[in-house]
Amino acid sequence: MRRQDIATIVALVDRAKNELLRVPGAAVPGVLAPTIFFLGLNGVFGSLTQLTGFTTDNYASFLVPVSILQGAGFTGAATGVNLARDIEGGWLDRLLVSPAPRWVLLTGLVISASLRAFIPATFVLAVAFLVGAHWPGLDGLLIAYAMAAVTAATAACYSSGLALHYKSQSAAPLMQAGMLALILATTAYAPLELMQSWLQDVARVNPMTLVVDAVRQGFVGEIAWEETWPGILALAGMLALFGALSLRAMRRIAM
Amino acid sequence: MSRLATNLRVVGTLGMRSVRQTFRRPQLMAPIVVFPTLLLAIQTGGAGSAVDLPGFPPVQSFLQFMLAGAMMQSVMLAGNSGGIALAVDIEMGFTDRLFAAPISRFTIVLGRLAGTAALGLFAALWFLAIGLIFGAEIEGGVLGALIAVALATAAAVSIGGVGSSIALRTGRASIVQGLFPLVFVVLFLSTAFFPEDLMVEPARTIAKYNPLSLVVEGIREPIITGVNAADVLWAALTIAGIMAVSLLLSARALRHRLATGG
Repeated sequence: MRRQDIATIVALVDRAKNELLRVPGAAVPGVLAPTIFFLGLNGVFGSLTQLTGFTTDNYASFLVPVSILQGAGFTGAATGVNLARDIEGGWLDRLLVSPAPRWVLLTGLVISASLRAFIPATFVLAVAFLVGAHWPGLDGLLIAYAMAAVTAATAACYSSGLALHYKSQSAAPLMQAGMLALILATTAYAPLELMQSWLQDVARVNPMTLVVDAVRQGFVGEIAWEETWPGILALAGMLALFGALSLRAMRRIAM
Repeated sequence: MSRLATNLRVVGTLGMRSVRQTFRRPQLMAPIVVFPTLLLAIQTGGAGSAVDLPGFPPVQSFLQFMLAGAMMQSVMLAGNSGGIALAVDIEMGFTDRLFAAPISRFTIVLGRLAGTAALGLFAALWFLAIGLIFGAEIEGGVLGALIAVALATAAAVSIGGVGSSIALRTGRASIVQGLFPLVFVVLFLSTAFFPEDLMVEPARTIAKYNPLSLVVEGIREPIITGVNAADVLWAALTIAGIMAVSLLLSARALRHRLATGG
């Protein structure tokens, strides 16, 4: 990697950071949505813990990993929406005629999404602890933040690929709904054994289930390497897949 | 042509434009159909065992119970989307051109609400169809289904009135769009997704006094138990109350916009 590539990536991350500082409202939906869902679902489905076979008696602890990942997913999807806006406004054309390699442009977007994911994750965690979620330990917290950052990067790659394909903000629902489905079609609301059979089948083949379980372990029990590595592997696989697809779309986009 | 017929024609035309606009823009359509359908599927699949909880009302399935909540979510988002579209019309200057036309000014708002009513009707039928396809029974029969659809459609108009009044007052789509999270707050703090007695405090107490719970129960009862005149009446009265307030606010916001130009 050349020095100028690193400088370009830093400049693109700075640009994303500037948006946060100059338009604080831009971060609000990404923070509000998972927080409202967390509080709402905790109030609505909290008594599910009374069901025989539920793995914890604290629904907030069970739910908080999903909300952290949901915040990361929304943040990543917002990166795609912003890229689509940049395409519509002609900003990306200017970047494309610069000597910066295309992977550098994509990397800048993806890293900025990863960093932004810390905002909703921190907010949701703070609210969760206020309503009584268990402290996951320092290692549990580290796993939660790391997986939120990589989930946001994965979502950014997925949504950037769509933005580069459709070149329109009209694709925004596809970006958001895709991430929402990926994250919620897991053990989001209840343990696998208590879910309906069709969703059990979906959750079993959905790699995000491994990520949810890895983030959840510290909140509902002890951290174990056997629960952690499948989540890391699943995230690495999804990042590699969506990263490759978005890079392909970035290389193919015509100026 | 009489004045009433002219006004009805304007409302019909603007309502049709509103519906076409929504179907052509995925950003407006997705919240009405895609997200509520996705959440309905995930919530019934993920939390379906809730029907085994002691105190859960007798229902055929969790899907049957959730249909009213999904309808309510969809019509509320339809109302909000209508408000956003009206604000976009104001930002783009389309509403100014309508103000200059020889038509009653309030037909502009009613036209938008007619479109929202059509979308509410569509949403109600969509979720009824999904329920029937996936095995949910409508205990109230055809009459029950008609009542549920009528209440959901009317609820869309009343919520759309709130969106329109804010759009007219502010003239900014971003502000109306900012109400999206509020829609979910109001929904979660009602009985849209779970029986009141099984909700966790303080959500349970808030849901008890949330007028939206009355509307949801009015739509739900014909689906899960059968037609109950008292539930339907309470829901209709609540919708009428919200509609009266929202139309009053819309009329005031419209007058303010016409008087001040912004």
